[in-house]
Amino acid sequence: MANEPQIQQDDEVMLLNMGPQHPATHGVLRLVLALDGEVIRECTPVIGYLHSGFEKTYESKKYQQCVTLTDRMDYLNPLGNNLAFALAVEKLLGVEAPPRAQVIRVLLAELTRIQSHLVGLGSNGLDLGASSPIMYAFRDREMLLDIFEMVSGQRMMTSYIRPGGLAKDIPPGFEEAVQRFIDYFPEKLDEYHGLLTRNPIWMDRMVGVGKLTAEQCLELGVTGPMLRAAGIPRDLRKDMPYSGYESYDFQVVTRTESDCYARYLVRMDEMRESLKIVQQALNRIPDGPYVLDDFKHAYPPRQLISDQMEALIHHFKLATEGYRVPPGEVYSAIESPRGELGFYIVADGSGKPYRVHVRTPSFTNLQCLPVMAKGGFIADLVNMIAAIDPIMGDVDR
Amino acid sequence: MAASEGLLQAVAEAIGDGLLATDEDRAGAPILVVERGSLLKVCRLLRDGEWGFTHLSGVWGVDYLAMGLEPRFAVVYYLYSPSLRSRVAVKVPLEESDPVVPSVVEIFPTANWHERETFDMFGIRFEGHPNLARILMPDDATIHPLRKDVPLGGEEVEFTHNAERIRRQRAAESPEVSRN
Repeated sequence: MANEPQIQQDDEVMLLNMGPQHPATHGVLRLVLALDGEVIRECTPVIGYLHSGFEKTYESKKYQQCVTLTDRMDYLNPLGNNLAFALAVEKLLGVEAPPRAQVIRVLLAELTRIQSHLVGLGSNGLDLGASSPIMYAFRDREMLLDIFEMVSGQRMMTSYIRPGGLAKDIPPGFEEAVQRFIDYFPEKLDEYHGLLTRNPIWMDRMVGVGKLTAEQCLELGVTGPMLRAAGIPRDLRKDMPYSGYESYDFQVVTRTESDCYARYLVRMDEMRESLKIVQQALNRIPDGPYVLDDFKHAYPPRQLISDQMEALIHHFKLATEGYRVPPGEVYSAIESPRGELGFYIVADGSGKPYRVHVRTPSFTNLQCLPVMAKGGFIADLVNMIAAIDPIMGDVDR
Repeated sequence: MAASEGLLQAVAEAIGDGLLATDEDRAGAPILVVERGSLLKVCRLLRDGEWGFTHLSGVWGVDYLAMGLEPRFAVVYYLYSPSLRSRVAVKVPLEESDPVVPSVVEIFPTANWHERETFDMFGIRFEGHPNLARILMPDDATIHPLRKDVPLGGEEVEFTHNAERIRRQRAAESPEVSRN
């Protein structure tokens, strides 16, 4: 696709095309490699195979319809993407979600982080030929997907967090289901540590592989677990708190080695920290409305539509025209499982966004792959990709 | 945004008339609208100055055609300062006839792919970019899809009321295809 790379060929160098259909590239990523024996001289990522024109599509959708596009960009972080978009639109509207919605948002965003890291862990194992971690990880992820299905009716494309609050209230049995997971999961995490962390093969393949200095990470705009594995404690949940993250007690996990092993450990420890946040959120879900009771922005409850003329009118107006967002622009970012996920929205006063740009962490983080791969072995390449944990839908949008 | 007062003043002093306007986004981050000639200077000042805006979140374009604003394009840079924990935006307005802006890759290497994407999507050229090629669209694409005059769907759907006009248009564009 875009930009066929020009790589100097000589007798020593072999050009190898890897992807876009390759099981270990985590999607349709294509890499053009210049190889000297087994050593990578140069690695050029070629992206765009999953370009689906999300940013253009946003411009033709009403704000409430846009929510459904956000979770389709990163299928491992649906609720986080919903949240990032909702926060940006709320800033444009000048409103804030009610406290009950805020706490449930944090709870779900952290559960999403855990399930994303679980898939990252499982597929990293698979890339290195260990096929049991993915079975274990998917087993636990299933519990989380059941919780998402419980609240939103969907396992992955949740569209549950909306501007103004949530799509509907949490169902009965939700708290018990989350508590069951909190009680169940720490033991399993220990099991994964036992399975992998001191495993000699795992360590051989991970320690010292894909090293990047902190300076390189900063220059390349890397964010998220990759940057924290380079010893830089940057986390938007702490640095620019949103949805009340400042009131939760958790640590920003860092390592200093900045290799694939450090990134793996950061993600493992982040799951434990996320679990801490989930427990705190679960203990403090307040009573009250789950969405703004201003029917100019949120659908009135079904019962009210049958009873009140005004509610019916509001429903009709919202469904046909959407709500109008006052003119202005905003950039608002959250800490997704992969790093800084930001929505830039220009509103022109109508019911549809004028321009939406999504600053996705996968796109920016993938830029460091050529730097990381240079001089490494081709056998380690899939490992390095797994350590970036890119989602191609998030890269290409 | 304690820093924003002093920041605006320092930028105004450094580039004078290059600072066209200032604004604020809905999250409270100041927006510096600067002339493209002053872009590199502003970026260096923001990165190396006391504020430490060392992290470039991204670079992207906006096409104001449908809003009827002049000039048509703008390139937006969002910077983040880890020490201040705040953001600042730099915006460079560009004329439709001359959509060229200096590349900031030298200052922020992360801008490499972001600028390529902006070029791909808007046709805005970044002078001094090491490899300004399309990144998401196919190499042989003829459009810059996020421009407002590019329709969302590739083809208008034919109905009885517009079929005649669409066929005439197609015939004018590529006679050999529409003969069937």
